[in-house]
Amino acid sequence: MSAELESTAPVGEVPPARGRADHDVPPLVVQGATKTYRGRREQVVAVDDVSFTMAPGSAVSLVGASGSGKSTIAKMITGQEKPTSGTIIFGDIEVNKLRRGSLRKYHHRVQMIFQDPYGALNPLHTVEYTLTRPCQNFLGLSARDARTRVNELLETVGLTPAEQFAPKMPHQLSGGQRQRVVIARALACGPDLIVADEPVSMLDVSLRAGVLKLLGQLREERGLSLLYITHDLLSARVVTDEILVLHHGRIVERGVTKDVLQHPQDDYTVELLEAVANPYAAVPGGAPAGESTTGPDSTESPSDAPPADPTVAQPAGEH
Amino acid sequence: MSLLSAQGVNVAYVPARGQRIWSVRDVDLELEEGEFVGLVGESGCGKSTLGYALTRMLRPPARLEDGRIIFDGTDIASLTGEELRRQRRNGFALVLQSGMNALNPVRTVNNHFADILKAHAREGESHSKADMRARGAELLGKVELDVGVLDRYPHELSGGMRQRVAIALALALEPRLIVFDEPTTALDVMVQRAVMKTIRDLQREQKFTAVLISHDLGVVLESTQRVLVMYAGRIIEDQPSRDLLVGEHHPYTEALLQCYADPRAETVELSGIPGSPPDLSLPLEGCAFAPRCPLAIDISQEVVPPLAPLGRGRAACHVRAPSTVEAASNGKHRAATVAVEPGGASRVS
Repeated sequence: MSAELESTAPVGEVPPARGRADHDVPPLVVQGATKTYRGRREQVVAVDDVSFTMAPGSAVSLVGASGSGKSTIAKMITGQEKPTSGTIIFGDIEVNKLRRGSLRKYHHRVQMIFQDPYGALNPLHTVEYTLTRPCQNFLGLSARDARTRVNELLETVGLTPAEQFAPKMPHQLSGGQRQRVVIARALACGPDLIVADEPVSMLDVSLRAGVLKLLGQLREERGLSLLYITHDLLSARVVTDEILVLHHGRIVERGVTKDVLQHPQDDYTVELLEAVANPYAAVPGGAPAGESTTGPDSTESPSDAPPADPTVAQPAGEH
Repeated sequence: MSLLSAQGVNVAYVPARGQRIWSVRDVDLELEEGEFVGLVGESGCGKSTLGYALTRMLRPPARLEDGRIIFDGTDIASLTGEELRRQRRNGFALVLQSGMNALNPVRTVNNHFADILKAHAREGESHSKADMRARGAELLGKVELDVGVLDRYPHELSGGMRQRVAIALALALEPRLIVFDEPTTALDVMVQRAVMKTIRDLQREQKFTAVLISHDLGVVLESTQRVLVMYAGRIIEDQPSRDLLVGEHHPYTEALLQCYADPRAETVELSGIPGSPPDLSLPLEGCAFAPRCPLAIDISQEVVPPLAPLGRGRAACHVRAPSTVEAASNGKHRAATVAVEPGGASRVS
């Protein structure tokens, strides 16, 4: 298996920090993946017979409430967990059979972005150190080359001037900046697939758009695939083309993100849509798409914003 | 008369070394009896600090440097010790962001209720074990939890359940004001919706005054009657919630609204707010939002805008709500900052 790995991504070769990956991104095929956790008294089926395919360079979102199994799927794809049954195949690699050395090589190509930018960075290390590690470990770069690459990475994620950010400690950065460092770290080894687990849920709304834009842009420029895990349907809509709705470990609905959100078929998808607390989406019963939502477009003057639905923000005392 | 009236509230974080951070600056605020008010803004804008100040929960290095907080006729800003505790019994509570951190991991839910009821028992009030248990059960019922939860430890409960317990604890003394500090931020969307509904129902039923602190404008607009928008420690807009989606507002409020969209719309375009909030250790020069504001004019750079009428509410903006009394706008804050600078840093803790 390790031979197969080397044929597609020789370890010594340095993928560019900018521009398209120099090799083809393979598809990811998840086939009948099931994961059960055995408790003392009962068995918990976290993921139940999930199958899907991610085309090279596609962006797919996995949405669902907590406990729906979305993070377990992410862990199985990154090789942190092994499926109880089923297979996960990335190109010619059978992920569910990887162990140690081959898993490490696999991580060269699949990287993860974590939810909590406050917890994902070692508070005792500078940004430069954090980003140098994967460059040296995965790419075998010399210290000097690694430093150059760190600067490239920081520029890629919009932390400019890079020289100013490199020596900073995590506590000197805002949440949005930290998350950009986490993204830069994921990009360091030039991965083909990025699994982002709720990357913006800990960030202020005002910063989310920037990070989401960055993810979309990276995907476009580098041709990498993005698996985006969230419970926030709005960000799923912005970042991805395809959506999988998970409920109790099963995929209950799938399709083109826009279609699924505009015409949800499954009751659970409807429920998720209604749970979105959002000034524009909070219209009970679901206003016809497009009609209620010309407001947020920044090119329009605010007076064009939709009239407030009286049921949206009804004063609590008046009932 | 309003239930709570804050005047010229200034809160600073006073580090052992270095500059003070002025987290809340010259805030004037009136809360009416039975009102549900939202307090929104980006992280670091001072909304939680203000919520803590209003309930006198500030802990060092945070310090209430200046201002009066009149709760039901008493200035609670100057109260200490036993007097403050008695005043607390009469009226105000705080629900913290994470139920996980607010509860003691080695005590059952019942113990939490008993602690509060014992600590604040009124003269002649029974606090037999059975009575307190009954009271705990009743409170859990209010937040839609099963009586069985009384004998559970916090780790045995889900995040949503813990947050409900925290709300029940806040209700225990029948407060007239409850400040909810991001009560649903750590929760799943579905659970968030359910917990917010419980808070709304309780507020409607029991008619306490509620302040909901959140960075999520969506949650706030769904629940509250009035929204206060904070930026860099100041309240920059005060509007009825239902007006927020229409008409002109403070450019910062408008920018916040543009961070949202309906995921079902034909085209979805999100815009963030470029730039970052100002350094709160420096005195304000003009409008704090001016460097990020597309509408900023010359005067925005020089004069701190006061809250002036805009629509049915007020906004602090030279462009959207020009004030006739610009001269009066340089609040206490600037003077205060200048005054404490020499040596002030090394004085405390």
